[in-house]
Amino acid sequence: MTVVLNQSFTGISIGAVLLLIALGLTLTFGQMGVINMAHGEFIMAGAYTTYVLQQSLGGAGLPLLLALPLAFLVAGALGALLEWLVVRRLYARPLDTLLVTWGVSLMLQQLARDVFGAPNVQTRAPELLTGNVSVAGVTFATNRLFILGLALLSVLGLTLLLRLTPLGRRIRAVVQNRDLAEVSGIATARVDRTTFFLGSGLAGVAGVALTLVGPIGPTMGTNFIVDAFLVVVVGGVAQLKGSVITAFALGVLQSVLEYSTTVSIAKVFVLVAIVAFLQWRPQGLYTLRTRSLA
Amino acid sequence: MTTTLSPSPPSAGAARKPAGGPLAARFRVPGAFVLGAVLLVGVAPLVLSDFRLSLLAKYLCYAIVAVGVSLAWGRGGLLVLGQGVFFGLGGYAMAMHLKLADAAAAGSTLPDFMQLYGTSGALPWWWAPFAHPAFALAMTVLLPMAVAALLGLCVFRRRVKGAYFAILSQALAAALSIWLIGQQATTGGTNGLTDFQGFFGYDLDDPVNQRMVYFVIAAVLLLLMAAVRQLFVSRYGELLVAVRDAEERVRFLGYDPAAVKLVAYVGAAGMAGLAGALFVPAVGIISPALIGIVPSIGFVIGAAVGGRASLLGAVLGAIAVAWAQSTLSDAFPAAWTYLQGLLFVVAVGFLPGGLASLASAVRARRARPRTTPPAPTGGTA
Repeated sequence: MTVVLNQSFTGISIGAVLLLIALGLTLTFGQMGVINMAHGEFIMAGAYTTYVLQQSLGGAGLPLLLALPLAFLVAGALGALLEWLVVRRLYARPLDTLLVTWGVSLMLQQLARDVFGAPNVQTRAPELLTGNVSVAGVTFATNRLFILGLALLSVLGLTLLLRLTPLGRRIRAVVQNRDLAEVSGIATARVDRTTFFLGSGLAGVAGVALTLVGPIGPTMGTNFIVDAFLVVVVGGVAQLKGSVITAFALGVLQSVLEYSTTVSIAKVFVLVAIVAFLQWRPQGLYTLRTRSLA
Repeated sequence: MTTTLSPSPPSAGAARKPAGGPLAARFRVPGAFVLGAVLLVGVAPLVLSDFRLSLLAKYLCYAIVAVGVSLAWGRGGLLVLGQGVFFGLGGYAMAMHLKLADAAAAGSTLPDFMQLYGTSGALPWWWAPFAHPAFALAMTVLLPMAVAALLGLCVFRRRVKGAYFAILSQALAAALSIWLIGQQATTGGTNGLTDFQGFFGYDLDDPVNQRMVYFVIAAVLLLLMAAVRQLFVSRYGELLVAVRDAEERVRFLGYDPAAVKLVAYVGAAGMAGLAGALFVPAVGIISPALIGIVPSIGFVIGAAVGGRASLLGAVLGAIAVAWAQSTLSDAFPAAWTYLQGLLFVVAVGFLPGGLASLASAVRARRARPRTTPPAPTGGTA
């Protein structure tokens, strides 16, 4: 029983990381159909922001707290810049954005290598986040709990933003029907850039969280990006709840399979499960019902 | 479907008439093809040193993959980001046979690396059939095609398309390389399979036999290019482009777009498998680092730079990018990575037709004032 609980907690914490990364993708992929492979490098930017803050301020707790908003801004600014320079020219060819942003991600990785060096760097976690909490024989690592909390908070914040604010209303309008939104007086180009800023900023926040569980390196983004895209594909691009459910489901599936087989076989099985799932729901878990054929 | 068949991609201008009359048009592509064949088979082995020739053999393997990419992506619009999987399946099938043949020649039943990693001493059951040369050769092509057919059936029948398909094929590449690394005892893990002695009875260390391998690769490339070009100008080629540009219309006309796409995808997979199989004797290694996500995208970029929809453009682009990679990445690793990134952004973002479209764009600009003299911008030259 304890094993089951422990494994599910591991799965949920894998899911929380996936969710943090996939949230931003849900926005950019969902709204604009842009497949931003440089999303992983925005994660890296967030992680290095934490590292730089800790190096310059010293200590562990304060830099981490400061890094959360700052990483959001840094990664968001990078995202907005990318949108302005490249992506907005490619809205007519969404598939090509994948290759273009892959090129951008190669350059950003090399930039990180030139600035921070090729070897991985480490940040110190605050003492509060290094221990364990035991409840009924099940140990919860506090850093994992922190990430889970951060992920849920991000979902909550994003949901409120999309539901309650004028900006959120505009974003939803553009997702549902771009042309109609445009003729209704919404500046879709500006909404696109804001959405890209938000989505990329969330990647930065995910990067801060990842410093708690692993090393920071130029290629850290690539390790997560494909998994995160799979979350969005299975969840369906239209609604956040699809990504939330899928992230945790894939996390738990992965951890259960890893426990009963090996890491490498678990990866293969998860992929098979995803392909099988898409047989049942080709558009993902939650879809936007439209009359269009595409 | 009754329009005249045009060998040029539809994006390269609607009514482009090649200069020089119909006879020249009919012979231009074969002319370029013959020139390429003479260069590859006749000139290159005379001019290049053994070392350079073996490098060229490697680039030609990538070019074979690019032929398939041009078919599936350029003409079919399927962004195939998992070609590394098929390249790897073909390569491993060939490498497993060579390993077993080497072991048999040395009087052992186990390949050398298996003895090193201390497996139970028995050959895994899925290794055993690869001892037969015919089986292994067939598998280099059939195995990738079977995997592609399975995934393609699942994906295309349910109309999963565009980005979803690209991401799935990318995930497949990631899964295969992770699986290979995980099964070190039976697949060689990160090191892959390497250190081959013989190739169907020929000594691979002998430069003469390396030349033979080069000729085989060049011949396969030329044959595949000829075959795929025939495919491009056939009814099927037209249908494939139609599916790329307006899938729903093709469906309403009574065709099955899933079947059309499946043929292109499976064909491209078979070519990638063949390329992987030829890569093994030419380069002497197959490893997970050659088939994961990053090299899989690398297979596409050459075609993108040269011109995805143009067969010759894709092949030349693949050779050029592979050449640039091996020339520049050793001397200037950092600069090469920036350049590679820039290549993606510029080639795909700003020149979607690739370098091949540059020539026809220039030609179209030059031809315009002559065909329409009263054009306001056309000055008298």
